[in-house]
Amino acid sequence: MKKTILTVVGKDSVGIIAKVCTYLAENKINILDISQTIVQGFFNMMMIVDTNEASKSLDEISDDLDKIGEEIGVRIQVQLEDIFNMMHRL
Amino acid sequence: MININEVIETNKMILEENLDVRTITMGISLLDCKADTVEKVCDKIYAKITDRAKNLVSVGQEIEKEYGIPIVNKRISVTPIALVGGGVCETTKDFVKIAKTLDKAAKEVGVNLIGGYSALVSKAMTPADKLLIESIPEALASTDRVCSSVNVGSTKTGINMDAVRLIGEIILQTAELTKEQDSLGCIKFVVFCNAPDDNPFMAGAFLGVTEGDTVINVGVSGPGVVKKALESVRGADFEVLCETIKKTAFKVTRVGQLVAQEASKRLGYPFGIIDLSLAPTPAVGDSIAEILEEIGLEYAGAPGTTAALAMLNDQVKKGGIMASSYVGGLSGAFIPVSEDQRMIDAVQAGALTLEKLEAMTCVCSVGLDMIAVPGDTKATTLSGIIADEMAIGMINQKTTAVRIIPVIGKTVGDVAEFGGLFGTAPVMPVNQFSCDAFINRTGRIPAPVHSFKN
Repeated sequence: MKKTILTVVGKDSVGIIAKVCTYLAENKINILDISQTIVQGFFNMMMIVDTNEASKSLDEISDDLDKIGEEIGVRIQVQLEDIFNMMHRL
Repeated sequence: MININEVIETNKMILEENLDVRTITMGISLLDCKADTVEKVCDKIYAKITDRAKNLVSVGQEIEKEYGIPIVNKRISVTPIALVGGGVCETTKDFVKIAKTLDKAAKEVGVNLIGGYSALVSKAMTPADKLLIESIPEALASTDRVCSSVNVGSTKTGINMDAVRLIGEIILQTAELTKEQDSLGCIKFVVFCNAPDDNPFMAGAFLGVTEGDTVINVGVSGPGVVKKALESVRGADFEVLCETIKKTAFKVTRVGQLVAQEASKRLGYPFGIIDLSLAPTPAVGDSIAEILEEIGLEYAGAPGTTAALAMLNDQVKKGGIMASSYVGGLSGAFIPVSEDQRMIDAVQAGALTLEKLEAMTCVCSVGLDMIAVPGDTKATTLSGIIADEMAIGMINQKTTAVRIIPVIGKTVGDVAEFGGLFGTAPVMPVNQFSCDAFINRTGRIPAPVHSFKN
């Protein structure tokens, strides 16, 4: 199973997680793990998700979340997990 | 499992520190493009390139999107054209037809540069090699995306001084033919000593005859990431400094390795090598000179520069080699002047001279790169500069190269504008004393004594 990392970075406000999670649920994307932290005053959230059963392709999910991010004033990125494993794991 | 801080670190490198994969270069052998007329050879070349590389750009874009890592360039390198066209090309015009075919194929598949309009003449030239070299000015002036290179020396063979002399003239002719655009043609031409067969970086990329039919080579980058990492260890000792560079180079190279594997898998052609070079761009924060400044120099070119660069280059290799089993190409820090804003600033401040750059090339890849000199520089002087650089490569058993631009109509104090990734170059002064009698000797410089290892 290829896992996908979803990151949300921006100014903290009410409903960010709700908005993202609603989209994920609607598109059959399973959340495996969530963590969040504040770095230099910015809200940082990371989700590890499973898109294997998703009703859309990674490309479409990425574009959709881009739009949602714009609406709520945060930057949402969707990346395959491998890039982080390659860089940080031997 | 991956944790949030690691994710933040990677994305910060990409979004704020210009981490990117500089190029995916597909090497395509043209040795099987044989026919009895130039036209038929051109047709076969066009058919092969447009077939092999048809998905190169789209696959590159796919990988960019899925991993969130920019892949700046998608390029092609081909077999040296002197070998491909040697059997059918009887005039320089015939070779130019092949150059135009390469240009057309590059445009069709959407790559921004195609390299391999090349000849390998480290010992001597065949008539075909000579014809190809003589066709370079017209080939570069009449195409947009074709890059050319000539290997004129090696540690095993010595330096072909007849070729060095000829190339001084070829560079001037190329400059003259493209003088309306600040002699732009010359930025697409490199002269090498010990040229590697698997270099993915332009303008010197070609697919050597030791390579397979089609191969994927990847060039990584990331000067900005190294610079940022060094900011966090200001004032620390050399051990900490070296450790920081190594770790950063490792991370950068691992990303390259991932992209190379994915590209190879999706395109269906084998992965060749990762080239570990730190390659700057004119963008602020994407500069080798800035790293040297962070190490502790007021400007690149100040005393200590060669030592700092030697250390940087070595640590980049040590970190990178651990990250990929197949490292090749040029693999070292590039020090092009026009493509690195702080190098330009160093030249303009009077800190960096041609002679200091020559010293720097002894300890890093690749050579005198993207250097603008006055347009009235003599051909023999250009050949003398090339010969010096080739000698450094030959004796030190390393690749060296010269990409020099005599900017017609401009002189010291002027600035040449090349645009985009190629940047702008302040015209640098050249030593005015003559080397005519030296360059006008014919023949070659013999191989050095340490090449006799058998």
